[in-house]
Amino acid sequence: MVRDITLGQYFPGKSFIHRLDARVKILLTFVYIVFIFIASNFQGLLTMTALVFTVLLLSGVPIKQYFKSLKAILFVIIFTSVLNLFYGSGQVVWQWGFMQITTGGISNAIFITIRIVSLILFSSVLTFTTSPTDLTDALERIMKPLKVFHIKVHEIAMMMTIALRFVPTLLEETDKIMSAQKARGADLESGGLMQRVKALIPILIPLFVSSFRRAYDLAMAMECRCYHGGEGRTKMKILHATGRDAVAVFATFIVCSAVVWCSLYFPAALR
Amino acid sequence: MPVIETKNLTYTYGEGTPFCKTAVENVNISIEKGEFIGVIGHTGSGKSTFIQQLNGLLKPTKGQVLLNGKDIWEEPKKIRDVRFKVGMVFQYPEHQLFEETVIKDISFGPGNMGLDSEEIKRRACAAADFVGLKEELLSKSPFELSGGEKRRVAIAGVIAMDPDVLILDEPTAGLDPRGRDVLLSQIVSYHKVRHNTVLLVSHSMEDIARTADKVLVMNSGHVKMFDSTEKVFARDRELEEIGLRVPEITKIMSVLKNKGYPVDTVLTVEEAIKQLLPILGKGGKKHG
Repeated sequence: MVRDITLGQYFPGKSFIHRLDARVKILLTFVYIVFIFIASNFQGLLTMTALVFTVLLLSGVPIKQYFKSLKAILFVIIFTSVLNLFYGSGQVVWQWGFMQITTGGISNAIFITIRIVSLILFSSVLTFTTSPTDLTDALERIMKPLKVFHIKVHEIAMMMTIALRFVPTLLEETDKIMSAQKARGADLESGGLMQRVKALIPILIPLFVSSFRRAYDLAMAMECRCYHGGEGRTKMKILHATGRDAVAVFATFIVCSAVVWCSLYFPAALR
Repeated sequence: MPVIETKNLTYTYGEGTPFCKTAVENVNISIEKGEFIGVIGHTGSGKSTFIQQLNGLLKPTKGQVLLNGKDIWEEPKKIRDVRFKVGMVFQYPEHQLFEETVIKDISFGPGNMGLDSEEIKRRACAAADFVGLKEELLSKSPFELSGGEKRRVAIAGVIAMDPDVLILDEPTAGLDPRGRDVLLSQIVSYHKVRHNTVLLVSHSMEDIARTADKVLVMNSGHVKMFDSTEKVFARDRELEEIGLRVPEITKIMSVLKNKGYPVDTVLTVEEAIKQLLPILGKGGKKHG
């Protein structure tokens, strides 16, 4: 059923990674993504992979969960690596018509696969160890300087929080509406593409109507509690950066320096 | 032959996961054709899970549901036919309306049955008539109607399929007292005219007492009682133990009975008056 889709990925815990400041975690994830693209050879890439596995183990989240998140994008991984097989120079290993696989292609495919997998694993650490509220809170704080450009940072963060909050509610609602229409004989499973799209109308329209109703109710409830935007609004939980965060930043800095050194010292892997 | 029969019906949510929860366990009941059954039980007692298995929206984890003697899951591809025979009105059914006009929305169910347009129209109009929708409303958009009218449209949408069994999950929730009374009496008169079977789930004991012939009491996934309305409401102590109660008037009369007055279990105010007037009359004479 629709309800089986997991969206709240947060795994509560008390590990070193869990207790890091959410802002630091977001920034470090960003740095990691940049440096995984700077790493141009296997030496640098493996350093980055070593970092990601250290963090995975530190997070205390079952490794199985991480592989589940990889499964979701398995198609993308296979697609890009297969595509990369056919690009690249070097010795020809296999040929069929105009298609040929070279040693360079194989090495490229492996390189790209490791790159994507590390990328996904590292960003999974962020979503697995940070609660959605902390995440939006930290984003709001990070984006605060953008106020200079008249970007409504608080409003954006509030919208994200509300959107996340209503995902499970709307899934439940969808489930209910689907049951109700099925009880009236709606056929959602069979028929061609056009028929299936048409069969969605009895579900989508009530869903839209109820979303608007909920939005209206929520706006009312917020106004009743004197919500007036971010101006002068205080927070119950204030994010604090501590010595732990300094350690994390320092460790990342060392790894990144190593990657830069690798790319200067060793030749690039992608051919 | 009973119209609906369940055999060892059991339903477990999330079976095989650490979060599994058995909502309905080993339910064996049989419902005869033409009965009006009230279903009561506190929140989380498994009522909703139970009724959703009767029309094949949920597939039992164990056990069977027999409709006219035939297992409804015998041919899973024909489960839609079961849903036409066992009509289900969900809680707040007005949230499922989607068509441009009221009449089109009521016709959605019969349309899915593959009837010809004449028959669809006839059934939709008859259903609208049963729930007391005025003719001029039929061509309006369902979103323009009042809450009570929307509810009627949604109920008509299920009645229009002309089901053998009609299941209503709290059809009067959130309606004003007058709306409740009118809707309930329409359901009762529909039941009288069509002679079909009705299951009414409600938290209002008064509603159940007024309408049902038999009452099914559910408690933590089990059938606690399944008997005639009088017999069930005579067991007021047991009902209170599982978080339910009996109608106010039944309670008053049972207190009087315990104090030694010659009265019986009653379900409605009218019955109570009938029993009390002679007693009061005698008393009046004595003191007068």
